[in-house]
Amino acid sequence: MSVGVWAAFVLVLRRELCLSFRRPDQLIQPLVFFLIVTTLFPLGLSVQLTLLREMAPGVLWVAALLASLLSLDALFKSDADDGTLEQLVLSGQGLYVIVLAKTLAHWLVSGAALVLVSPVVGTALAIPLTAFATMMLSLALGTLTLSWLGAIGAGLTVGLKRGNVLLSLIVLPLAMPLLIFGAGATDRAISGTSAAGALYLLGALCVLTCTLAPFAATSALRITLE
Amino acid sequence: MWTWFYRLASPPSVYRVAAALTPWFLTLAAIVIGCGLIAGLAIAPPDYQQGDAFRIIYVHAPSAWLSLFAYTTMAVAGGIALIWRIKMGHAVAAATAPIGASFTLAALVTGSLWGRPMWGTYWAWDPRLTSELILLFLYVGVMALRPAFEDPSRGDRAAALLSIVGVVNVPIIKYSVVWWNSLHQAATVAKLGRPSMPGSMLWPLLTMFLGFMLFYGAVLCIRLRGEVLNRERQAVWVREAIKSR
Amino acid sequence: MNIAADGLCVEKVHVWRGDRHVLKGVSLEVRPGELMHVSGPNGAGKTTLLRVITGLLRPEQGSVAWRGKSIMTAPTDYQNELAYASHEPALKSDLTALENLRFMVGLRRRVTARELQASLERTGVAGCADLPARVLSAGQRRRVAMARILAVRAALWLLDEPYTNLDAAGCALLSALLVEHTEQGGLALVVAHHDLNVAATTRHLGLQG
Repeated sequence: MSVGVWAAFVLVLRRELCLSFRRPDQLIQPLVFFLIVTTLFPLGLSVQLTLLREMAPGVLWVAALLASLLSLDALFKSDADDGTLEQLVLSGQGLYVIVLAKTLAHWLVSGAALVLVSPVVGTALAIPLTAFATMMLSLALGTLTLSWLGAIGAGLTVGLKRGNVLLSLIVLPLAMPLLIFGAGATDRAISGTSAAGALYLLGALCVLTCTLAPFAATSALRITLE
Repeated sequence: MWTWFYRLASPPSVYRVAAALTPWFLTLAAIVIGCGLIAGLAIAPPDYQQGDAFRIIYVHAPSAWLSLFAYTTMAVAGGIALIWRIKMGHAVAAATAPIGASFTLAALVTGSLWGRPMWGTYWAWDPRLTSELILLFLYVGVMALRPAFEDPSRGDRAAALLSIVGVVNVPIIKYSVVWWNSLHQAATVAKLGRPSMPGSMLWPLLTMFLGFMLFYGAVLCIRLRGEVLNRERQAVWVREAIKSR
Repeated sequence: MNIAADGLCVEKVHVWRGDRHVLKGVSLEVRPGELMHVSGPNGAGKTTLLRVITGLLRPEQGSVAWRGKSIMTAPTDYQNELAYASHEPALKSDLTALENLRFMVGLRRRVTARELQASLERTGVAGCADLPARVLSAGQRRRVAMARILAVRAALWLLDEPYTNLDAAGCALLSALLVEHTEQGGLALVVAHHDLNVAATTRHLGLQG
């Protein structure tokens, strides 16, 4: 009669996706932010195609990081506010599984969405079509890792006033390697050299974070709930 | 078996031990740093390439090393406090955080001053300085997180968790910054590290390392006593200790 | 529900919140078939005590034992046997009542929609099954929370001010459910600042502020 780990994972995933899609306006906001921020750079600097192309990986990645950060705050906040987070902790399923499902669901509606929108942004920043595959792959790995790091930060700051700013302060230094490898991979793809090295490093970071971060996020939640 | 450790880690005994160690650390630190400075500034020969400008390494390198050492201490103390619920671990972590951040700042400032004669500019995104900068951000994150909670023990535990996550990330960050810099090598002569040093240059440096460690120990003991008093201010032994001063 | 001879045993629990000594060596015992009523003025630590019993809060000193074993030894097993109702009804406002139940009870055991509908009928909110929780009144939300407690089929009920926002019929219903639960051998610990008129074996613990 009891519910297995996989069934619980799927149930929480469905719950999260159900909740996200009931508020489509909140899904769109980070994407719009992503588009707006990428527009800021050409406006602030220059429209020369060559210069734009050089800046493009960095601009794209910084914008993606900031857009992902915006939505991270909401990972645990609404559950903490209405008391359902405690119910999840007491559900009899290990918190690890629940955090895993919530973070994955969060990535699906934020990070994955960013990856899908990135060709639009890439075109705006004069990134050549040949680099798109690398760009999207690096963004996928990077945003997934960032969702995990953000889960730790969100777990620590849920329930704090102005927790949003503190969350960014905590997560951004930890996310700098992501930025370095991700922008580096895209840069190499643009210049035609092999981006394999950077992508492998990014992948390694992703795997490391996906395995270790849920433990840290679970501990963080237990600390905040006490 | 561990009862002696728990007894040692009780607030009154930590207070006493810190008070006893402080004068030792201070005097030894003063002597060792004094020797190191004299040796480094006066006795060691000027560098073949950089002339006398390299001497700032005698402050820069120990500061950088201590910034990492202090962060690790903070993470280990926080970890001990989290796992074994020894509250004094949180006191050590809270006491060491600003010290480590100051060392990081010192490393950045001295590195930047060193950069002026080296690169012609105060900041050139050298990999070591950049990773020191990120380390400073990590410190700021931990120091900002602790007071954000209304319940101080929750703040302690959150800060401890964050410092553990940070300490795991420090090698990753260092490696990624080195990788990044190797791509964008361009003009920076990134030689803020220790080149192969002859003995006469090396031993003052090692002396300064030791001196800085002792200095860190002294400042830590001083701050730790303040932290312990603050955290245990309701306890009877604190009132006795204050009365007896 | 298979209740062993032992029940819930709380021993000398101390909790500090910053400088405040909130719980000062609280002990209590609840045996199967009993209802424990915890009362006290505001700030006495009633909610804190309840959260210590759920395992959400670890006390600085003292222990909580369920069926003779500390709750720290196998937390998920313990959680599977308890149902906790906090101050808030703990419902997602964007989900319907039925969906809320499905996602919460579904983590504990496999349930059919029919069973959940039956629980909602039992607590008098069958008509709200397909309404999003945000349009329900406070009393209706409380009843949906009660339906959740019922549907989960736990041995130990931990309820924090469960009578809040309920009308007279709702209060009578809750009392009847408590009686039914204890008669079937279940245990209940209810935090309430008012008197309970429940026809069950009631013990009482008063906390001082």
